[in-house]
Amino acid sequence: MFRLENVSRTYVRHGQTVTALQCDDLRIAAGEYVAVVGPSGSGKTTLLSLLGGMLSPTAGRIWLDDGSVYEQSVAARSAIRRERMGFVFQTFNLIPYLTALQNVQVPLGLNNVPRDMQEKRAASMLQRFGLGDRLNHKPSEMSVGQQQRVALARTLVNAPQIILADEPTGNLDPASREVVLKAFDDCHEEGRTIVMVTHDLAAAERAGRRLVLQDGVISEGSPGRLKVA
Amino acid sequence: MNLRTLVWNELRERPWSVVSSSIAILLGVAALVAIRHVTVHSEQEVSRQLSSLGANILILPKDASLQNYYAADRNGQTLPEEHVMEVLMAGLAGVEKVTPKLSMPATLGGLEVTLTGVLPQSEFTAQAAWQTAALFTPTKHDGCKRASHEPSAADGTPESLNTTRAIENLGKDQIVLGADVAERSAYSDGDTVEMLGGKFTVLGTLSRTGTIDDSRVFAHLHTVQELAKTGEVVSAIEVIGCCEDAAGDLVPELSKLLPNARVVTVSQIVQTQVGVNRLMSGTSWFVLGILVVVGGASLASAIAANVRERRREIGTLMAIGATPGFVQRLFLMKALILGAVAGTIGSILGLATAMVAGPQWAGVAVTPLPGLALLAVGAATSVAVVAAYWPAREASKLDPCLCFQEL
Repeated sequence: MFRLENVSRTYVRHGQTVTALQCDDLRIAAGEYVAVVGPSGSGKTTLLSLLGGMLSPTAGRIWLDDGSVYEQSVAARSAIRRERMGFVFQTFNLIPYLTALQNVQVPLGLNNVPRDMQEKRAASMLQRFGLGDRLNHKPSEMSVGQQQRVALARTLVNAPQIILADEPTGNLDPASREVVLKAFDDCHEEGRTIVMVTHDLAAAERAGRRLVLQDGVISEGSPGRLKVA
Repeated sequence: MNLRTLVWNELRERPWSVVSSSIAILLGVAALVAIRHVTVHSEQEVSRQLSSLGANILILPKDASLQNYYAADRNGQTLPEEHVMEVLMAGLAGVEKVTPKLSMPATLGGLEVTLTGVLPQSEFTAQAAWQTAALFTPTKHDGCKRASHEPSAADGTPESLNTTRAIENLGKDQIVLGADVAERSAYSDGDTVEMLGGKFTVLGTLSRTGTIDDSRVFAHLHTVQELAKTGEVVSAIEVIGCCEDAAGDLVPELSKLLPNARVVTVSQIVQTQVGVNRLMSGTSWFVLGILVVVGGASLASAIAANVRERRREIGTLMAIGATPGFVQRLFLMKALILGAVAGTIGSILGLATAMVAGPQWAGVAVTPLPGLALLAVGAATSVAVVAAYWPAREASKLDPCLCFQEL
């Protein structure tokens, strides 16, 4: 599914060039559940942005199936995200002025799903996450756990093949954390590809494959190494 | 969920932000609509007044004023009637009709009236045939806009005294009654009456004009001169130019031709109101400028601030597949709604102001002009969309990775 070929991403800060990510060859197969761990500033979010087609690499190529992601137009990359990917954020990133139902409808609206169909699918997804009685609540009227479940419903409502998650359990209590990880387990069982950036080692243990990022360099991880990281 | 729902929900969430960002446009539109409404109605009033005053040029005795004339001063100075022929002989371009008039005080059935002698147009034609072939052929003026200068069917009726300030045929023993005179004297068509010792038959009655003409009795000029023993004189000569432009050109030429007479345009009588109209018209352009600059800048600044505070939301929308074009449209639609709503409320406010203040500012009653209000809404919407273009474009260029930034 994903192949990173001699990819590097550098930034210039205060006149100095900083390498955020360096990767000679990384392959993520379709249906894999990959956890990416590493200390803060190690390049985890940069990796997620590169995979999501939102941050072009300074050098190298990123392939998604047979297409080089960054050789496509901005609009084409938006279409890939819209049709094939789903994002989960640490701070949920719900739109504050929309209700839970409307937030979940946003990806459907972007995909031009008819309005009545949008409502049915969004309501059904929220019910799956136990939020059937919170459809018309705004994010500020819900608990943190409920907000993350709305965010998960938004991610999954389009049935994306790829899920890119940035610290999805970072702000959650144990019960909500379990709901999120269970949802990822289910998605993995359904054959979806998941790349989860996390500091949560126990969550990383549930992934089928673990990558360790240290100073922008990626290596395959083992449970022992994860503890060091 | 679509673009409109997103915009609408965001606007509903922040009503005060909506008010503050569009208040300048709203006030600008209100001022513009109010001023334009009053100006348009005032211009219409001037036009109506000019129309009711009739002839667009008057030749008066040297010391007479327009006010004397329109007050039907019956004891003022007079002009020699031969000036009429001098004007006609001069063949000045743009002269459409010439009507000499002599006003005298008279009594009709115990009622004090103004007896005004007019020379029928048919007598000019007769004199023309007698004196010279080119005596009175109306000369067209380049700027003339009137469709026809030929006598129309209406010119043959007494009512033409109201509509064209002239009458085609009027017998020496016939009179035409103004509306007030007819009402108060109870005379009607065909009645025989006596005035200044002469006997007349009522040819017709004029419809009401709301001017001094309502209290006049019109008779043949030469009959009035004979009965009043004034000799061949007139109180005034009304000249109808073929258009307002022609009237403007004719004044200096007539003044040169008749140095002992006073030549004025009737527009001078509404000069003050014309001045006020010009001032208001200029002010409305100024307000439009303010609306564009201040309203536009205010909205552009509000939209730019809105883009800054919604950076993460924009990043999130892009992460879940919104294109830069969608993001740009999001802010442009917001501006469009703000402009349209501010324009609509501003128009209603401006119209209400004009209706209340119009009679006090310019002495005119103001009625709604839907076209003008729609134009103002259109202008407000255009200003808002143009002002929001750059901030919206900047929003569309934002980095989608902003979605990963923590609050």
